[in-house]
Amino acid sequence: MAGIPHDHYEPKTGIEKWVHKRLPVVGLLYDTLMIPTPKNLNWMWIWGIILTFCLGLQIVTGIVLVMHYTPHVDLAFDSVEHIMRDVNGGWALRYMHSNGASLFFIAVYAHIFRGLYYGSYKAPREITWIIGMLIYLLMMATGFLGYVLPWGQMSFWGATVITGLFGAIPGIGEILQTWLLGGPSVDNATLNRFFSLHYLLPFVIAGLVIVHIWAFHTTGNNNPTGVEVRRTSKADAQKDTVPFWPYFVIKDLFALVVILAIFMAVVGFMPNYLGHPDNYIEANPLVTPAHIVPEWYYLPFYAILRAITFDVLFLDAKFLGVLAMFGSIAVMALAPWTDTSSVRSGRYRPSFKWWFWVLALDFMVLMWCGSQPAEGLIPTISLIGAIYWFAYFLVILPLLGVLEKPLPQPETIEADFDAHYPPKDAKASAAE
Amino acid sequence: MKKILLSIAVAFGLSSGAAIAAGGAGHVENIPFSFDGPFGKFDQNQLQRGLQVYTEVCAACHGLRQVAFRTLADEGGPHYSEDQVKAYAANYDVYDPELDDTRPAKPSDKFPANTAVGAPDLSLMAKARAGFHGPSGLGINQLLYGIGGPEYIVAILTGYTGEEKTQAGVTLYENTAFPGGWISMGPPLEDEQLEYADGHQNDVQHMSEDVAAFLMWAAEPKMMARKWLGFVSLFFLGLLAVLLYLTNKKLWAPIKRKEKTV
Repeated sequence: MAGIPHDHYEPKTGIEKWVHKRLPVVGLLYDTLMIPTPKNLNWMWIWGIILTFCLGLQIVTGIVLVMHYTPHVDLAFDSVEHIMRDVNGGWALRYMHSNGASLFFIAVYAHIFRGLYYGSYKAPREITWIIGMLIYLLMMATGFLGYVLPWGQMSFWGATVITGLFGAIPGIGEILQTWLLGGPSVDNATLNRFFSLHYLLPFVIAGLVIVHIWAFHTTGNNNPTGVEVRRTSKADAQKDTVPFWPYFVIKDLFALVVILAIFMAVVGFMPNYLGHPDNYIEANPLVTPAHIVPEWYYLPFYAILRAITFDVLFLDAKFLGVLAMFGSIAVMALAPWTDTSSVRSGRYRPSFKWWFWVLALDFMVLMWCGSQPAEGLIPTISLIGAIYWFAYFLVILPLLGVLEKPLPQPETIEADFDAHYPPKDAKASAAE
Repeated sequence: MKKILLSIAVAFGLSSGAAIAAGGAGHVENIPFSFDGPFGKFDQNQLQRGLQVYTEVCAACHGLRQVAFRTLADEGGPHYSEDQVKAYAANYDVYDPELDDTRPAKPSDKFPANTAVGAPDLSLMAKARAGFHGPSGLGINQLLYGIGGPEYIVAILTGYTGEEKTQAGVTLYENTAFPGGWISMGPPLEDEQLEYADGHQNDVQHMSEDVAAFLMWAAEPKMMARKWLGFVSLFFLGLLAVLLYLTNKKLWAPIKRKEKTV
């Protein structure tokens, strides 16, 4: 692996040498675990571990839930209640799985906005960013498919609305929608294929996670200064970094345990807070809920979908909404190329900071809009929010790089670290 | 500071997305139930009274098809003796596919479904309705008072104004809690309609609270185990967090030049 110069694994004993010659797996693990990591990483660099944990949690709880779940329109709802009432610890598994999805998305949003603020998407980390966006898209798909499985009212009507989006594509829409559903409407065939895909996609995500880690282990981590680790020599690199084990493993584990404590408090004391009561009513194709609302983590994009309420030329509003929704994620993926600034970290970009925080606020406002019925001012606010979202990536980022006068950056990561944690002699002289 | 702001922003987004109201919601009052909050427990006597209300009133039209009779013996629930459960179950007739006929229910059976008049099943009613919403879709009220399913049930049972109207051949009753204001269920309870074995007050308000508590148990029979899991997890994760914090601090001390010099 190219990248930051560091010590590699050296097999010592005979058996180690024998294995290493044939399969250098120990070396791979060693190099992954001992990767030089910028020593100034702050607490926003914990989310990767949280996300990895979430993926593991969802797979493990999911595999056990599948042992007791029945993917059939007449039995699915009751089989979930069977899990909740009769399976030993089934209620805990199910609540951890459903709230685990929420934790997963909280972590992914924190992770993405971390990347946006500190310019983690910029060269040479474009591929890491793109893979990350693909993982995020797959997470959205997996979450949606999973939400259909309990076969409650929101499961059924959410599935109807979201698959209906594909029906809005001109020409092939209706055929595509029928093909996705396995019939003219959401029914047993839909439930079965959603179940199958919900089980498959997490493993695709796991594969992409490995590629994601491989990519940033090749380029090295970004860090709060955005200044690269010195690669001029091993000694220089060692001044900017510490090995991942044990320094960041312990730090990340501490963060993980704190977050898990909050998570378990939610599971234990308010497991239905983030859910929708209607999903405790069995799916009924004849009764439409008053408001069909997706899970909270889709709401910003749901708001963008509903923001377009007017036809443009021969394209109808619904199709434009679909384009806007997928487009809003696509423009995020383009950030490495639309951001023209030579400075990576938002810390040294005085104007960028403001635009970034407005984007974060915009995300919250869109989330709120998505939760509200599309009446009154809501479509207008959503439209303004959607316009800002696109403008941030397509107009503001390109212009800022040219117009903004960045602040001076530290020479090295070591200099930044020393500014926070002054060397002893400096501290002693300051005390005098 | 920025990172803290970002974390808060994300956490806020969480609550803003949560807990979306079903529209045109009626008026629901908060009721201090014994099972509220992390320390709350079901009141065994109240659950038993609630079962009595369910049996003598609700069961005429509603079913409880997810709930097994044997769970009436559960500790932390109504906690009847096995003989009491056996005797209670025998009051119901259930269909047995092996006999191709009905027979008296056994503790291993579930309460029968009841679709005679199209009334909804009550097994999950206390989780399938939200009593509290907002303000403005922010989900703060549900954070403070809970989702309010049992409160909604009480509000429905006590919310009749006495007005009725006939619409398309169906009699509708005005109810201050029901979304839209008119409900097809007639007022099911009146004061002193039944005698409680424990001599507890039997006005409409008390009977409503008792049956709402029972339905909360029916919807979430593992609530006590769940809260226990919450406390045990918090204790051990808290302990582990302290140990990891200290480990991390010591580990980083030389790197951050914070080691004590003696």
